[in-house]
Amino acid sequence: MTEFLQQLINGLAFGSILALIAIGYTMVYGILRFINFAHGDIFMLGAFAGFYLAPKIAALIPLPSIAGTLVVLGISMALCAGLGGLIERLAYRPLRKRPKLTVLITAIGVSLFIEYAGQFFFGAAPKKFPDILPVWQVTRIGGLSLNSNQLVVLGVSLVLLLALRFIVLKTKIGTAMRAVSFNPEAAALMGVNTDHVISFTFALGSALAAAAGILWAINYPSIDPLMGILPGLKAFVAAVLGGIGSLPGAALGGIIIGVTETLVSGYISSTYRDAIAFAVLILILLVKPSGLLGKKEIEKV
Amino acid sequence: MPALLQLDKATIRFGGLTAVSELDLQIGRGELVALIGPNGAGKTTAFNLITGVYQPTSGAIFFDGQSIVGQKPYRITARGIARTFQNIRLFPSLSVFDNVRTVFHLHLRGDVRHALWRGQGYHAEEKSIAQRVLELLEIFQLGKFRDEPAKSLSYGDQRRLEIVRALAAEPRLLLLDEPAAGMNATEKVELTRLIRFIRDKFQIAILLVEHDMQLVMGIGERIVVLDYGVKIAEGSPEEVRANPKVIAAYLGD
Amino acid sequence: MNFRHAKTILLAAWGVSLLASLAASRINPYWLYVFYDIGIGIVMAVSLNLINGYTGQFSLGHAGFMAVGAYVSAVITNQCGDLSMFAANGIFALALLAGGLSAALAGLLVGIPTLRLRGDYLAIVTLGFGEIIRVLLQNMDKVGAARGLSVMHGWTNLFWTFGLAAVTVYVVAALVNSTYGRGFMAVHDDEVAAEAMGLNTTKYKVTAFVVGAFFAGIAGGLYAHSKQFITPGGFGFMQSITFVVMVILGGMGNTIGVILAAILLTLLPEGLRMLAGIEHLAGFSANRPLSWLGETRMIIYSLLLIVLMLARPQGLFSRKRNAPVK
Ligand SMILES: Nc1ncnc2c1ncn2[C@@H]1O[C@H](COP(=O)(O)OP(=O)(O)OP(=O)(O)O)[C@@H](O)[C@H]1O
Ligand SMILES: [Mg+2]
Repeated sequence: MTEFLQQLINGLAFGSILALIAIGYTMVYGILRFINFAHGDIFMLGAFAGFYLAPKIAALIPLPSIAGTLVVLGISMALCAGLGGLIERLAYRPLRKRPKLTVLITAIGVSLFIEYAGQFFFGAAPKKFPDILPVWQVTRIGGLSLNSNQLVVLGVSLVLLLALRFIVLKTKIGTAMRAVSFNPEAAALMGVNTDHVISFTFALGSALAAAAGILWAINYPSIDPLMGILPGLKAFVAAVLGGIGSLPGAALGGIIIGVTETLVSGYISSTYRDAIAFAVLILILLVKPSGLLGKKEIEKV
Repeated sequence: MPALLQLDKATIRFGGLTAVSELDLQIGRGELVALIGPNGAGKTTAFNLITGVYQPTSGAIFFDGQSIVGQKPYRITARGIARTFQNIRLFPSLSVFDNVRTVFHLHLRGDVRHALWRGQGYHAEEKSIAQRVLELLEIFQLGKFRDEPAKSLSYGDQRRLEIVRALAAEPRLLLLDEPAAGMNATEKVELTRLIRFIRDKFQIAILLVEHDMQLVMGIGERIVVLDYGVKIAEGSPEEVRANPKVIAAYLGD
Repeated sequence: MNFRHAKTILLAAWGVSLLASLAASRINPYWLYVFYDIGIGIVMAVSLNLINGYTGQFSLGHAGFMAVGAYVSAVITNQCGDLSMFAANGIFALALLAGGLSAALAGLLVGIPTLRLRGDYLAIVTLGFGEIIRVLLQNMDKVGAARGLSVMHGWTNLFWTFGLAAVTVYVVAALVNSTYGRGFMAVHDDEVAAEAMGLNTTKYKVTAFVVGAFFAGIAGGLYAHSKQFITPGGFGFMQSITFVVMVILGGMGNTIGVILAAILLTLLPEGLRMLAGIEHLAGFSANRPLSWLGETRMIIYSLLLIVLMLARPQGLFSRKRNAPVK
């Protein structure tokens, strides 16, 4: 039982990181109907931003410390938000009216570029992410050993998801995002600056991915330039699983994939872990082709 | 002999909305029937029921005496019902010629192996298909566009091409969904002539959905009126025109 | 293209491949392997073009089918000792066929979800299938699991590579350039209309997947017997993406363009690698003035991809008709 709870918490921590990345996929898809393949690489850049920032921050605020971690997290999120917006501006916006596939290939190009450039500048070998967060000694509750890092991951993810919810539902820009995602032409006619909204969406998604990168690196402190590929893929699977375009769906999908993968690799076989996300996805899509919380799109004839 | 097409209390609901409600409809061989009704009355939905795009929630549909409920659209087409779409659905990137040619796959004797082996029989068959496609295109004055992509045609030409494409299926019943939409007065006159011509030349029944009353009254031998999914009148143009329910439906109560 | 003489052209292609194959000992081995890569790239890209380009289904798992063909054929030929040239080629042909058929079976399995899924959902499911195949292979100890499998015989030669590339091109072109095969494009353009015009769209989609997978399996066999060492990781989704890029650069549903793109994208990294190796360039003092190209060639490759898409989004070699709709 404790073993199970332990795995469950591991799974939830992993799942909430996936959820943060998945949100970025789903938001961009909701507005532009396109898969931003480079999103997983922003996650990687987030982790590397933290890696290079940590020593600089340490000169001002002693690390490991909570304040220092928050500063690293904040700066890295801001950097990646800017980068996400920049990528959209340079690579995707000129293709706005083009077929989706063209944009998709461009996104693949951007993704490859970030990965290869990362290998060139950061080096291909894995690096150890510095300890920026103090680990409060392992808490024991009835034999259950809780790593404080996992609690932090869960807590920070939850706060970020709530913040996102607030932005999307309660702010002016959030309303504009929903309007554009519902009907871009109508939104433009109503005076919404769609370019602004799209840039903001990329920035917001990238910030969340960067946060996911830092959280990931705190929890699994070995980082490398290709570390974004698999979590990126799985997060995308999570977004599709939850019904792409749906924010709660992305969060739910992330949790489901994270928990299932952790439980299966804990109890059945860990060598199959990278196939699990896909197996779950295929099973669910065969039953519900538009994902768990996705809207069923009946084509009008 | 059973009617060519027969709907018995055909009904379809989308959630709470009953788009077509207990519709009874009979069409005989070679008949020209018009289906009219205000926007959202369920005309297109009735077409989608007949062609298998949607499945009826209840009720029965027979074509030539046999039930076609539950059949895939492509099978229904093979049986002899072809249609056009209210919002033109050609194969936009295919040439005018290929738009029609694709449909001839219904009448192919050879299969994939034929196409792969490319023997004498294959070439002979493709040649005769090409000839028939061109004949059809010529009849409708589309021959000069044969190599243009369908999307480059003018609106009226696209509508006509869609009719030609449907005819290539050699249907016994042709369903036309608002063929005059977006046409000007001369084009409409031309279209009226064309529809009669099709019926006479190809000896097929036609069910026509149209908003243009003048066109409908001029062409329909029998008119069926839908309102909110319910058939409210049926009869000759004169009868329908005089029917108070129809007047009410069109004037909006 | 005029298909009257298609079979003659096919025979001629075989003849040329055979002659080239006999003269292979005179070709620099480095280039020989580059030629194999080109031929394999053509088979992969042209077969994927049937699925993604002509039929408009978006498959991201083509490397998975390649893996199936590679492993099945390698397991078969690894059973054989040294054989006479005649026997070796006979067995190799059978092994390639077996690889192709196994991959086709896998294609049938992937084709089934296409009955219900569209667009991005289909893309991610095919990607998933490809990854599942990779992970399954990684867990099969009999074929070396993640460590990889040595392939005993280097039986791939110019005849098989380009002879089979010619067959692939012929089959795909013959399929699409027929009344039957225009149906693939009709499905691509408008599924609802295609169905209403009497086309069994499901069957078309599954056929595209099965035929495409069959040739990917054959390409896998050629690959295995050219590299003589295969690992599951070599067939990951980045590989699939390389082939997708070839199809899109070639101009979706334009066989000639896709062939050119396959050649170009195979040569590009090799070309950059060669440039990097050039010694003493006029005006440069360094020993190998372009050596930075070696380290950055993949960065250049990805940048070129982005620039190409921005400058020629319809593909490099696209003709009018083939501009993708939607
Ligand atoms: N797939 C669907 N899901 C939900 N509602 C639908 C669907 N298809 C049609 N409807 C509804 O059914 C009703 C009838 O629509 P239909 O398109 O058949 O009308 P119509 O008579 O063809 O109108 P028009 O003259 O505007 O073409 C409408 O209220 C429409 O919104
Ligand atoms: Mg209608």
